[in-house]
Amino acid sequence: MTTLNNINAAQLEEQLELWEKEEVSTFLSKQPEREEEFFTLGGFPVKRSYTALDTKDIPLEDIGLPGQYPFTRGPYPTMYRSRYWTMRQIAGFGTGEDTNKRFKYLISQGQTGLSTDFDMPTLMGYDSDNEMSDGEVGREGVAVDTLADMEALFDGIDLEKISVSMTINPTAWILLAMYVALAKRKGYDLNKLSGTIQADILKEYMAQKEYIYPIAPSVRIVRDCITYCADHMKRYNPINISGYHTSEAGSSPLHEIAFTMANAVTYVEEVTKTGMDVDKFAPRLAFFFVCQADFFEEIAKFRAARRVWAKIMKNQFGAKKPESMRLRFHCQTAAASLTKPQYKVNIIRTTVQALAAVLGGAQSLHTNGMDEAFAIPTEEAMKIALRTQQVIADETNVANVIDPMGGSYFLENLTSEYEKKIFEILDEVKQNGGTVKLIEEGWFQKHIADFAYETALRKQSGQKPVIGVNKYVEEDEKVDIETHPYDPTTADRQIARLQNVRATRDNQKLNILLEQLVEVAKDEAQNIMPITIELVEAGATMGDIVEKLRTLWGTYRENPVF
Amino acid sequence: MSSPIRVLLAKVGLDGHDRGVKVVARTLRDAGMDVIYTGLHRTPLEVVNAAIQEDVDVLGISLLSGAHMTICPKIMDLLKEKDAEDTIVVVGGVVPDEDVAFLKEIGVKELLLQDTPPAKIVETLTRLVEERGPR
Repeated sequence: MTTLNNINAAQLEEQLELWEKEEVSTFLSKQPEREEEFFTLGGFPVKRSYTALDTKDIPLEDIGLPGQYPFTRGPYPTMYRSRYWTMRQIAGFGTGEDTNKRFKYLISQGQTGLSTDFDMPTLMGYDSDNEMSDGEVGREGVAVDTLADMEALFDGIDLEKISVSMTINPTAWILLAMYVALAKRKGYDLNKLSGTIQADILKEYMAQKEYIYPIAPSVRIVRDCITYCADHMKRYNPINISGYHTSEAGSSPLHEIAFTMANAVTYVEEVTKTGMDVDKFAPRLAFFFVCQADFFEEIAKFRAARRVWAKIMKNQFGAKKPESMRLRFHCQTAAASLTKPQYKVNIIRTTVQALAAVLGGAQSLHTNGMDEAFAIPTEEAMKIALRTQQVIADETNVANVIDPMGGSYFLENLTSEYEKKIFEILDEVKQNGGTVKLIEEGWFQKHIADFAYETALRKQSGQKPVIGVNKYVEEDEKVDIETHPYDPTTADRQIARLQNVRATRDNQKLNILLEQLVEVAKDEAQNIMPITIELVEAGATMGDIVEKLRTLWGTYRENPVF
Repeated sequence: MSSPIRVLLAKVGLDGHDRGVKVVARTLRDAGMDVIYTGLHRTPLEVVNAAIQEDVDVLGISLLSGAHMTICPKIMDLLKEKDAEDTIVVVGGVVPDEDVAFLKEIGVKELLLQDTPPAKIVETLTRLVEERGPR
């Protein structure tokens, strides 16, 4: 990267050798280092110190400038100097009304985007009164069965003014249909709506395990969301291609990015097969990564992800528009790093992770609540988490210089190492038959489980210190924490509205539409979105739609590997 | 030599968090136990039937969804109904402290929650089977 010429390089090498022989060895003879070798959390060896020699082989154009290909230094030329990242705390519990109140509270506290967590039945496509939903309604997220719930959820919130993210996968297209139906009812311009559905089904088979149908029809649904949005919702991100869950399921940060890229490539291939030009939809593809504890590694990881994506889009898919090549991502601090013992320490963990996300150039950020090892967060925990971001933004000045770590010998070296390894894994995936085949074989799952197991052993041995858990343990710690209560009336309230919708809709019309849905689903050339929008407008429940298609497509069952 | 301890590990309900259960499966297998893992999204009835068919010593239920207060009683009732009460039931995952007493009251032998070191899980299961004695 540097303009290091041969003479300087030779001099530097000599200086380095002398330093090792003299200063370093004198010190080592008095006191050895803490470890024989040092590694990043992801297992990359790191040296004592880095110099210009470690960056001399990196082409200057690979680093570039912010807002320029290959976007290593950030997707935009002004980054946080024009606008801070979106502070997007996720919320969801109870019924639509319950979560609506939390949304309004967060907006009143200065939050700048909304993010919605749904309960397990909604995520998995069961109505709230299904037997499988027992004990789960509104517990881990908000319950949504019908369009009426969606109306309650966003009541009094101007959807043309605030972006809304929805964490939902196998049933994402139904939620998108409800969102569109709601917007139409309210008279909004679809092209003015911004936000995202997660809709990244491939990582579900790999990591988060929220799936319904087999892989092929599930990917087709994702394809339909992407093409529908490209045609009708210009500002909406139809997918949030996610590494977060892969990491939380136990993977290394390297695999988090590499597997996410493998999934992203699969989606782009599927959409381009429909004949849609890559530059028509690629600018709206968005990403979602975790920010783990290894501070510098995470920053390098984000920088490498941007560079890799830019190169893939340009070289593999022939994208022409810079917008198609620039990777934008949402970031969340690592929930799996939170502990129950001495839980207030979680605020510190989250702060450090959030700072790395900002230095890594995230477009939006969720900081976890200190109490999330116990339950979903309380209002107070969410406020402190939001304040953490506000302190980083307003008090530290870190947002005033773009990619301030750029040019660091260590960071640039690690960024390039990451890039190299990501491309190696992508090659391996390709050579072994591609992403879908390897999911079916459990290849990704095995890698994730292996690293999770190694992490558990490293924690047990103390090789991976976790404060309060295997180091500085307080044996007689008294926990004084008030956790988010689960309202026992939730299910009854939710089911009452659901049954009211069922009682007041035109069932004959609904059945005709459900038959049409099956016909559309059978014909891969058609897009599933328009008929789904009609269905939710006619009072179809999530369960009606999901079960109807289950008769056609069946249910996916994985062969677990461990 | 006595035969190895047989364990059925189960994910019940809609919860897909399987990081922990897989670590436990591997830990127990490496410790020489016979481990069967049901995979995801099982019903209480499926799990209890599998535990009986496989004649396991221990049934381990992994739950991170918060639905343990609904799911665990169902499983304990089914075990009783099917005369399999001598199955040792342990629960792992995320369970608030205030729910622990209730779960023990209905017959859950031990709760092994997050950050339990793998060796302690092996130790606990071995002890519980010893305490139960031969069947």
